[in-house]
Amino acid sequence: MESGEHQDDCKQVFALLSQYLDAELSPASCEEIRAHLAACPPCIEFLESLQRTIRLCHRCEAAVAPPLAPEAREQLLAAYRKTLHRHT
Amino acid sequence: MAGDQGAFDRFVEVFHSKIFQYLLLMCGQREDAEEVAQDTLFKVFENIDQLRDPERVRPWVFRIARNACYMKRRKSVFAPTQELSLDDLLPHSERDGGHRKLEIADWSALPDDQVLRAELRDVIHQAIRELPEIYRAVILLRDVEELSTDDAAQALDITPESVKTRLHRARLAVRQKLDKYLRTVQGGVKES
Repeated sequence: MESGEHQDDCKQVFALLSQYLDAELSPASCEEIRAHLAACPPCIEFLESLQRTIRLCHRCEAAVAPPLAPEAREQLLAAYRKTLHRHT
Repeated sequence: MAGDQGAFDRFVEVFHSKIFQYLLLMCGQREDAEEVAQDTLFKVFENIDQLRDPERVRPWVFRIARNACYMKRRKSVFAPTQELSLDDLLPHSERDGGHRKLEIADWSALPDDQVLRAELRDVIHQAIRELPEIYRAVILLRDVEELSTDDAAQALDITPESVKTRLHRARLAVRQKLDKYLRTVQGGVKES
């Protein structure tokens, strides 16, 4: 039977999972989380679903940008040249 | 950016698409995203001489895009926003004999190496669009555009700690929506 203390640990781990995945925690905190995960299959399962979420977000391009109209492109190029001209 | 047509073309090619993607999920409307993307590029080229550190061009450009988006929607960056509670994003669990079991879908069934199915992509976009704005802005820059924590903080004018807190809650909220979708498709929770 799992203790209430263990579930409190799960909650603490749960709060830090993104920083753990992003390697933004101290080595000591990482080690604590690794030790918890080694003994907690539900937390591993949850971690894996979070990892999949992050990968999916990165691969989910919303739509292809429509090409800029030639007039808009000319306006942008003119703005760019004007800015450069200020420094010459 | 060097002062030649080639540099201009390369910059537009890379950033027009990135800015449009970001704005489409921030604004929600394709026409608004197109218009604000052009406004953003215009402001970028008008002020390119103010970019102090070329290595930080991405946060600088996205900061301009975010401000242009707010201007379009006439919404203050200080407007009140809904907060996501960590407790609401925890998965439910139940006892199965002496073990705890999460009520969670079978994520192993998701395609990982293939082109995303249109339906799944729509679910992800919808989940991102439904996030409160402060969380949506962070997940788009960190997980879609893959800016660093410091660059996202610079783009959004918030602290790196706020980026970390908001990113975690945004990811959990999107995960929760995906899990719900998977459970609907699979007809229940994972049998383990």
